[in-house]
Amino acid sequence: MARMIGAEMFFETLIEEGIDVIFGLPGGYVLKVYDVMPKFEGKIKHVLTRHEQGATHMADGYARASGKPGVVLCTSGPAATNTVTGIATAQMDSSPIVVFTGQVPLPYLGSDAFQEADHIGITRPCTKHNYLVRKAADLPKTMKEAFYIASSGRPSPVLVDMPKDVILEEDELVIPDEINLRGYKPPTKGDPKQIQKAVDMILKSKRPIIFGGGGLIHAEATEELKEFAHRLEIPVTSTLMGLGAYPSNDPLFVHMLGMHGSYAANMAVHSSDLVISIGARFDDRATGGNFEEFSPNAEIIHIDIDPSTIDKNIVVHCPILGDAKLVLQQLLDALPEKIDKDRKEWRDQIKKWDDEHPMSYNQTGDKILTTYAIDTLSKITDDDAIIVSDVGQHQMWVAQFYKFNHPRTHITSGGLGTMGFGFPAAMGAKFACPDKQVVCVSGDGSFQMNMQELSVAVEHNMDLTIMLLNNGHHGMVRQWQTMFFDSNYSASRFGVLPDFVKLAESFGAKGLRVDKPEELESTLKEGLSTKGVVLIEIMVDCEELVYPMIAPGGAMSDMILGATPDVA
Amino acid sequence: MRHTISLFVDNESGVLSRVAGLFSARGFNIESLNVAETLDPDTSRITLVTTGDDFIIEQVIKRFNNMVNVIWVDDLTDESRVEREMVLIRVQSKEKTRAEILRMADIFRAKVVDVGLESYSLELTGDKEKVNAFIELLEPMGIKEIARTGTVAMKRDAKNSNTDTGDKE
Repeated sequence: MARMIGAEMFFETLIEEGIDVIFGLPGGYVLKVYDVMPKFEGKIKHVLTRHEQGATHMADGYARASGKPGVVLCTSGPAATNTVTGIATAQMDSSPIVVFTGQVPLPYLGSDAFQEADHIGITRPCTKHNYLVRKAADLPKTMKEAFYIASSGRPSPVLVDMPKDVILEEDELVIPDEINLRGYKPPTKGDPKQIQKAVDMILKSKRPIIFGGGGLIHAEATEELKEFAHRLEIPVTSTLMGLGAYPSNDPLFVHMLGMHGSYAANMAVHSSDLVISIGARFDDRATGGNFEEFSPNAEIIHIDIDPSTIDKNIVVHCPILGDAKLVLQQLLDALPEKIDKDRKEWRDQIKKWDDEHPMSYNQTGDKILTTYAIDTLSKITDDDAIIVSDVGQHQMWVAQFYKFNHPRTHITSGGLGTMGFGFPAAMGAKFACPDKQVVCVSGDGSFQMNMQELSVAVEHNMDLTIMLLNNGHHGMVRQWQTMFFDSNYSASRFGVLPDFVKLAESFGAKGLRVDKPEELESTLKEGLSTKGVVLIEIMVDCEELVYPMIAPGGAMSDMILGATPDVA
Repeated sequence: MRHTISLFVDNESGVLSRVAGLFSARGFNIESLNVAETLDPDTSRITLVTTGDDFIIEQVIKRFNNMVNVIWVDDLTDESRVEREMVLIRVQSKEKTRAEILRMADIFRAKVVDVGLESYSLELTGDKEKVNAFIELLEPMGIKEIARTGTVAMKRDAKNSNTDTGDKE
């Protein structure tokens, strides 16, 4: 076995783990890691981000697009605290990232040394686990555990804190083949008794609906889900995070549910007699937040890998703990050869709801509607293009109007709702899938939160399109002010905005601007077909509101469908 | 409802903060908490007493199970169990109260562990009610200082009897 310092062990272990790209920024206590990095050139690519938050979102976007863990490397103190938003974002959406931070030498821990922060304490609530490495010999084993924990079970971030003296310490490199964590045994297959119980519930159900979530994507369960839905002829709806897990062009798909879900999807969940939730956690945005009135006449089957999601918001009748793919295989195996199903009435009803209140928009005036812009984008992009949205109105319209037909093609910060996530995450997705078309859909508010990373995209000659929907406002804030605060637009309008076209040009990217509906499609096409980083600024109407909407705390049947309600 | 939760955890730094953090994140107070090594020096046992909504406690226990450092969790609340805590009490001893303090200590089977010119230090082990009763009786004499361990608990051996052989008065 070779002797080497901790910094070299770091790269040796990354290579052993199959990591070929890391996102980071050098500084004080990790300088030795950066010092040895050129030795590993060709095996590991380092992306120098302009901010550590950008690095974590890039790693997150990389993980979501590829299913492989994303890796961040940065120094201590402010660098580590800058990663916290990205870590919390990844945790809420179950994305596997591993963050490596430098730390003051062990003897200085807790002494308020320069650039010292308690990384372990600060990230404890937003990681699945974190480690302070105390000797170089432990580093490879700790890293292996970190990658295993991050990517197994319910994926989540893990942080590894590396004090400077550990980075410098020399020892034998020993990368263990196996890891054994006595307190960590994630579930795999479901309990056969629960599987049988679920099958019995499914077979007697008249109005079943599949409530699919992000867990389907993590488990790569799309094929099993399609077979399951088709064999039983069960309509499928999806949470925001589940979009892409089931093809939207499939006749059984009922589109997204939730606060801004379709009328048909919400009515179907509300009226069903059996909700089969797979890899979803019944959060307040997916259910409307009125947990008592959730699907009042339904029994609920809840398939999830995380026991703490069971009975958290909704008390369920048949929980099945396990990996979505394996549980779906078990369910398929347990189904009888011949299934007596008559879904015509149920499917007709859902169709009727959809016909009554379809997702629609009416592009008439001379201002571009964001809905029209996104619908157009959906029509002209590749079938397997990766669309990374930011947070706000445009995010909901992407979910409503973009037709996702493949898993890992819809990337967004659903749980934490982190503005500024979209652009760096889109870059991460492009690093993961360089041959795919990647489009970042952002708003003027969100984009300004991490636009410094434009130089990174240009530096790496990325083919990346940024569709920047400029309505001059924090659009979703404005929408809530319109609907719930008597149109009191307090602090939601930007007094000054940069000239985004010139901004893009100043970074060496191409900038385009469009403000006429009739020029939208041609401008989008021009942007998409231009090599390199292209920012397309689309001037949109700030008056457009996202509908339907379940008012916060409402039941799923209780939707505001269009007109602005009277607000007392 | 009051819950007594027993956890077996990795004996390493930071584990206690992880456990306690789940309570503080929900604004829950921990009534008492006791940690010590088990027979296996790599494992510690935590006994934690808290009061809260059963539904939320159940969620907290599930989250304990998710923690990498938590090997095993058990809610002993509905189990037949033995619960004990120990208390050290320094009580003022004046000429006219000295005999009374010693008599009380005798009744409760407390031990005198330190004697000063103006105080006695007593050690008592028992369940929470016994400890509380002892403190209440000593209070009029003037308690100067008190240190309680918090509850430690263990499930009873199911095969054996259900009677407490402890020294309840």
